[in-house]
Amino acid sequence: MEKIISLENVALAFDGETILNNISLDIYDKEFVTLLGPSGCGKTTTLRIIGGFLEPDSGNVIFEGKKINNLPPHKRNINTVFQRYALFPHLNVYDNIAFGLRVKKAQESEIRTRVTQILKLVNLSGFEKRSIGRLSGGQQQRVAIARALVNRPKVLLLDEPLGALDLKLRKEMQIELKKIQQSLEITFIYVTHDQEEALTMSDTVVVMNNGDIQQIGTPQDIYNEPINAFVADFIGESNILDGVMRKDFLVSMHGHDFECVDKGFNDNEEVDVVIRPEDIKITTPDNAKISGTVTNVTFKGVHFEMSVKSENFDWLIHSTKAAEPGSKIGMNFDPFDIHIMRKTKVRCCDNESE
Amino acid sequence: MNQNKKGNGMLSYLTASPYILWMIIFIIVPLAMVAYFAFTDSNGQFTFEYIKSVGQYTNIFIRSIWLAAIATIICFLLAYPVAYILTRLDKNIHSTMIMLVTLPIWMNFLLRTYAWMTLLGNNGIINSILGFIGLGPYKLLNTQGAVVLGMVYNYLPYMILPLYTVMIKIDKSILEAAQDLGCNGAQVIFRVVLPLSVPGITSGITMVFVPAISTFIISRMLGGGSNLLIGDLIEMQFLGNSYNPNLGAAISLILMVIVLIIMTVMNQFDGDDDKVLI
Ligand SMILES: Nc1ncnc2c1ncn2[C@@H]1O[C@H](COP(=O)(O)OP(=O)(O)O)[C@@H](O)[C@H]1O
Ligand SMILES: [Mg+2]
Repeated sequence: MEKIISLENVALAFDGETILNNISLDIYDKEFVTLLGPSGCGKTTTLRIIGGFLEPDSGNVIFEGKKINNLPPHKRNINTVFQRYALFPHLNVYDNIAFGLRVKKAQESEIRTRVTQILKLVNLSGFEKRSIGRLSGGQQQRVAIARALVNRPKVLLLDEPLGALDLKLRKEMQIELKKIQQSLEITFIYVTHDQEEALTMSDTVVVMNNGDIQQIGTPQDIYNEPINAFVADFIGESNILDGVMRKDFLVSMHGHDFECVDKGFNDNEEVDVVIRPEDIKITTPDNAKISGTVTNVTFKGVHFEMSVKSENFDWLIHSTKAAEPGSKIGMNFDPFDIHIMRKTKVRCCDNESE
Repeated sequence: MNQNKKGNGMLSYLTASPYILWMIIFIIVPLAMVAYFAFTDSNGQFTFEYIKSVGQYTNIFIRSIWLAAIATIICFLLAYPVAYILTRLDKNIHSTMIMLVTLPIWMNFLLRTYAWMTLLGNNGIINSILGFIGLGPYKLLNTQGAVVLGMVYNYLPYMILPLYTVMIKIDKSILEAAQDLGCNGAQVIFRVVLPLSVPGITSGITMVFVPAISTFIISRMLGGGSNLLIGDLIEMQFLGNSYNPNLGAAISLILMVIVLIIMTVMNQFDGDDDKVLI
């Protein structure tokens, strides 16, 4: 795979406030990359730097081997699907989509062919003459995608493109977008704060927080091997406990020692211990090292979600078996379901800045 | 449901009634009186005589339309970039800039126009300065150019404000979308900003053209006797030696019809654009 875009130590501050903190990221050709992180972590800002709407204070933006830090947007072979669509209200569907080709002075006959073709791809054939104001949210979304794709960019930037759609439509569009990306073989850089969306669609997920990249990896990597407590918590609901690494393969938490599969920590190093809610097995109190009282049970369709209170921790458990609220249960987990993480950089930096 | 709707209808009718009354007293009645005088003679007899005799002033009508049109075009060409630049400035200084733009309106209209007389006169400031470098004196005052200048100076803010109001509402992301699709700065303006500011353009044109075509102070003070406009002509029929209110009413009526036609034609452009939107 070939690198198409690289960010090298890109930093940006607004009014003296750091927004991006030395970000480095390689994006490969034909890849579906998702920038994932909580609102305000700098995803849109990163996308705008790639699109050419913002210039970084320092660092390099490289496109196909050339530095493009201050190349204006209209000279980049990159198109954007904007967060609120940003369709042209004075033009109908056809003219909106034809806009980019007309600016580039393409032949009207070629424009017609390409617009017709792309309308078919996004399932909007027959909507050519419609005004933008008479489209539903989902249809406007498709026009925005078609308007960008018709220019056959090397890279398509999408800023929370499905954020304004209802759940069912969002799921449908996720699948369609992924199909489009695979059939046209265009690099997609996709921004979302929805972890499920990121895991479903992406080849590579970039988890961001506070203007820093936390982890880059495949959805499986990110889910199964989160690098720190922030990623673990953001990617799925997690139980995160304080622990101490006694020695290789042995961790102490919640007043007990547990076997685990991690090594390479200093003896007695303080760590974060992450246990997924679905990895906790319910048993009788005398069958487990840790026990607690069930405080709440909610049926979630496929599983029950339970809150359990032990001496010094509130547990979240997903299980196909329900326990009675108020009853006492024991909790077991296998060694390979105990994930040990170094105390995060995020926490140390937060403390420093305060 | 239905009753509810009816109730709302009644309510809106009631709240609107003071304005309807206002419109009848101050707009409909005066218009009816103008029409009445235009079609009667001094004895109250119905006649077409005055309407017909307006024909002899065709050249004055043409001059008024011509000068008002030129002033409107100049106002537009000056105001458009100013309004655009205003919208691109930092939000914090918007209100200050708007105040500066409208500052001339705060000064008395007569005073403003007098000021131009002293600037443009043969012994005025401009000719004095030109004299220093061995030029002139040029005849600046009492020319059609001076009249147009007076119109532009007085009415420019009324062009800037509606343009600014429309442009500030254009979503920034739409302009970025245009750049994203390959537009350079000028193309963004011609392909997106201009079509989206049509409503501001038509109302700006209306707010400059209508007062400009009927002005009499500007033409009197800056145009001298030789550049009579319709406004002067009407004024003379009511206040001058040639007292003739019936003719004055007839000229006013024709002027109104002409303005109405021009505005209708222009709103047609505006309307066409709306149809594209629908
Ligand atoms: N033009 C701007 N001026 C000042 N601060 C900004 C500006 N744009 C964004 N920010 C700040 O930068 C941070 C990151 O914003 P953004 O990249 O939009 O986050 P995200 O897209 O991840 O929600 C936020 O704290 C936001 O308040
Ligand atoms: Mg954002």
